[in-house]
Amino acid sequence: MILGKAHKFGDNIDTDAIIPARHLNTHDPAELAKHVMEDADPRFAAKMKVNDIIVAGENFGCGSSREHAPIAIKAAGISAVIAKSFARIFYRNAINIGLPILESKEAVDGIKEGDEVEIELTLGEIRNVTTKKNYRSAPFPPFMQQIIKAGGLIEYVRRKIHGKNV
Amino acid sequence: MPMTLTEKILAAHCGRADVKPGELINARVDLVLGNDITAPPAIKEFERIGVDRVFDKDKVALVPDHFTPNKDIKSAEQVKMMREFARKYQITNFFEIGCVGIEHALLPELGLTLPGDLIIGADSHTCTYGALGAFSTGVGSTDMAAAMATGEVWLKVPETIKFIYNGKLNKWVEGKDLILYTIGNIGVDGARYMAMEFTGNAIKSLSMDQRFTMANMAIEAGGKNGIIEPDDITIRYVKEVIKRNNIKRAYTLYKSDADAKYSKVIEYKCGDIEPQVAFPSLPSNTKPISKVGNIKLDQVVIGSCTNGRIEDMRIAAKILKGKKKHKDLRVIILPATQRVVKQMIKEGIVDVFIDAQCAVSTPTCGPCLGGHMGVLAEGERALATTNRNFVGRMGHPKSEVYLSGVAVAAASAILGRIGSPEEL
Repeated sequence: MILGKAHKFGDNIDTDAIIPARHLNTHDPAELAKHVMEDADPRFAAKMKVNDIIVAGENFGCGSSREHAPIAIKAAGISAVIAKSFARIFYRNAINIGLPILESKEAVDGIKEGDEVEIELTLGEIRNVTTKKNYRSAPFPPFMQQIIKAGGLIEYVRRKIHGKNV
Repeated sequence: MPMTLTEKILAAHCGRADVKPGELINARVDLVLGNDITAPPAIKEFERIGVDRVFDKDKVALVPDHFTPNKDIKSAEQVKMMREFARKYQITNFFEIGCVGIEHALLPELGLTLPGDLIIGADSHTCTYGALGAFSTGVGSTDMAAAMATGEVWLKVPETIKFIYNGKLNKWVEGKDLILYTIGNIGVDGARYMAMEFTGNAIKSLSMDQRFTMANMAIEAGGKNGIIEPDDITIRYVKEVIKRNNIKRAYTLYKSDADAKYSKVIEYKCGDIEPQVAFPSLPSNTKPISKVGNIKLDQVVIGSCTNGRIEDMRIAAKILKGKKKHKDLRVIILPATQRVVKQMIKEGIVDVFIDAQCAVSTPTCGPCLGGHMGVLAEGERALATTNRNFVGRMGHPKSEVYLSGVAVAAASAILGRIGSPEEL
């Protein structure tokens, strides 16, 4: 169960906004976390709390393939990203590193900045605790659910190569 | 079952007679690549998998091109990590400074990307190689790590949008303008998750360099891949790089079936298309050159993986020959590979640029992503032949980037504002 405060963003939040290139001479998650969402909101890293949730519009994570973007978000302690739609590479990167993401236009329209939101990831259920309204996101295909259940692509691959005893 | 070009390549790489859009497949890769920003996390993840070799030391390409020549200590450490990994696992295709070029121009030049290939790269502009009739797409570092270990990648078979470009290109219009026009028309998520198949007599008239330019920007419309059916122009290019580089590997020419199913067919009349300029801060914020107005510039960048090939340099040099850049701006030239640099020297193009007071860089991505070699200060405005203009792309979050083709960029360098070569 995921529970956190919502931070709202608009459409087309791109990877340069999520983690500007000037910070890409490191791949240390803790360093990246300090600059998360910096060019979308320079004060975000300071004002967010662990377990908070990003709630965004269309095409979240568009632009570069840099995995540093979902890594920064996950390392900062964001517990999930809900968006109206995700850009393709960000979407697969999030699944691969085990950052929970859900797609739901209705949920995004129904959540305001500061609302308390609860997520049941396996069912795709999003509950706005503040307004007491519930929403549903489409479930992941079984193969992707396996990756997520394993904790990410690397864990999934390790199990395939070395067997379940890792 | 009738299939599109993209579907055929995917089917061939997962050992099936056919595939349908929406299916999840596990595909064999012909090449997996990464750069100095994306390879270090991939290397870290690869070591966690616990295998003692990469799946094929000839099918991994490590190209340090973004923050190189090492722009600071941290960047030097990232390249060092790539170098040591390449040595440890005997990676054939690691490119040191002096040999390296911008990845999406370098790898085709070396014959490492061929028609019919399935290529993944930890760089979003990996879609570039689709110009050769390959399936090529950008992925993250974790996908790169998994592919280096297993030689496979999980993919969802995309639907295809067929784009038809009819007629002849207007004067000064390049492949860059066709793709900018398209992105302006459908939006930055207009092709989200889709294959973009570029067809029509205008596409067939494009050189390989211009085809690479178009496929390069498929990602800017959200596309999974951009792809062009191989033809005589493709074959001539491929035969040349194969011969020059002594490539032993075979290639396969696929084409879409006449009755293949497309999710959408979008037709454009090239007679309607002027040179395009994308305004801040989305590649889709396009205007035709006649409607640009008076936009004064501080910097012009000509080059990059989008427009850094020899043909691009020739177009720019033809316009800049005998002229000087405007006194109030800076011009940075980013040739994409050492081979392009040599050719530029041979053809007197470097002389033209230096006489015009332009700075000619060694191959690097440099300022395209605000890294080095021409970063923007607060309030500055640049016009670039690159592929992205999000907020802060080339430097300060309060700087602005406009995108254009090479002819407009060269003319603007002289005018001091965004303008067409017609005005010179």
